[in-house]
Amino acid sequence: MGGYGDVQCIDENGMRLDGRTKDEVRPVSIETGVVPVADGSARIRWGLNDCIAAVYGPMEAHPRKIQRQDRAVLDVRYNMAPFSTTDRIRPGFNRRSREISKVTAEALESVVLTELYPRSKIRVEIEIICAEAGTRCAGITAASVALAHAGIPMTDMVVSVASGKVHDIVVCDLNKEEDNYGEADLPMGILPNTGELVFLQMDGDLSPEQFQQAWDYNMEAAEVIHKEMVRALKGGDE
Amino acid sequence: MKGGSVARLDNMSGDNGADGPRRSRQAPLLVAPGDDLGDSGEYEAGHGVLAINGRLRALKQGRMNNRGGTVSIEPRRTAYVPRPSDLVVGYIEGCTSNIWFVDIGGPFNAILPMSLGPSKAEFGGIRKVLDIGDAILCRVQEVEENHSSVVTMKGMGLRAIRSGSVEEIDPHLLGRLIGRGGNNLRQLKEDTECRVVAGDNGRVWLDGDLAGIINARDRLNALLTEAKIDDFGGDV
Repeated sequence: MGGYGDVQCIDENGMRLDGRTKDEVRPVSIETGVVPVADGSARIRWGLNDCIAAVYGPMEAHPRKIQRQDRAVLDVRYNMAPFSTTDRIRPGFNRRSREISKVTAEALESVVLTELYPRSKIRVEIEIICAEAGTRCAGITAASVALAHAGIPMTDMVVSVASGKVHDIVVCDLNKEEDNYGEADLPMGILPNTGELVFLQMDGDLSPEQFQQAWDYNMEAAEVIHKEMVRALKGGDE
Repeated sequence: MKGGSVARLDNMSGDNGADGPRRSRQAPLLVAPGDDLGDSGEYEAGHGVLAINGRLRALKQGRMNNRGGTVSIEPRRTAYVPRPSDLVVGYIEGCTSNIWFVDIGGPFNAILPMSLGPSKAEFGGIRKVLDIGDAILCRVQEVEENHSSVVTMKGMGLRAIRSGSVEEIDPHLLGRLIGRGGNNLRQLKEDTECRVVAGDNGRVWLDGDLAGIINARDRLNALLTEAKIDDFGGDV
């Protein structure tokens, strides 16, 4: 798929390029309060991904036409810093960041109690500092923590993870090579306390069995990441 | 917050009676949004808690309290939402010929009509009465269903703030600032010889001589630090 011939992403013992087994998540660490002027903020480091999310509001929604009389709207802006990848990214909104902003807003709106703040908006800014595959998942996860840190009432936090397929083997939490040269990618947004889904995308093809396997990997990974999110919010080592 | 050998009041005396007041003495239980807090049949859902499918779920990050059969969360951070009769400190953000727009820290600017303002102005002279950037002490008159609110300056003690300093704290910390029966606030006023007006939106007007204001401000900052330490279990 990548066009560079056959990149061997996983060896015969099931060891991956970064030394993980196929069901292992990259190391995740989260901290809150990294943007002191924001109402809430969080930074997630997930493998080589580095992502900061800041939340402002609720505030009056501008322009007027985006206001909803019965609820608040989430104004999500996902952006990759120009220096976040080896190829420089042209600054500004593009097709991809627009799409990710939209799916992120929809995923988060299903947990935030928006009806408490009619006519207002909650501004969520997600900035990718360093990208290594799965930035939309890192963005959604960081945004959930930032919303919680801002004290915005929400029924649960969204944990987002992507699993996929490389050389016909299903692997958990794709890294850069696996994302580039692999065959499929399945990002999911999971509510860890109930196991509900609020976000699901698929890129590539998976057989029903492989889909189930990727699904299970995502569910397991979500638990690990949720632990770290809760630890970050509670500020201690429990 | 690791159980066992922590030196807490209830751990130090050898006799831990089975039904002693242990529950209330435990270190604060911190929760994150989505945490399960128990069966909704057993307890009432208070602030920051919602009953979903027979279970109580946390909506906010903060400390869980369980008093009188009601489970509630004292949040770590809150946004101010205006309610009628709240005393607030606002800043004038803009005006038309007969209305001021006031930032009271909520999601929306409140309006202050000329009829509820401090004095009548001639046509075109509204900024001579209250100019953009002025701080005012006002009261929320009404909050409409769509959350837009009207404030008034008709009432005892309501005025434009022309001296002193305005500090901001999170609204949920006002309870600590005021204390039981207003004790802490009275003490603060006596110690610093300052006029201290705590608005419900978390803005606190301090007025007095410079040394007093600085002293009062330091005390407020100490309160904020203290609240932060309490939130994180008291060991940091």
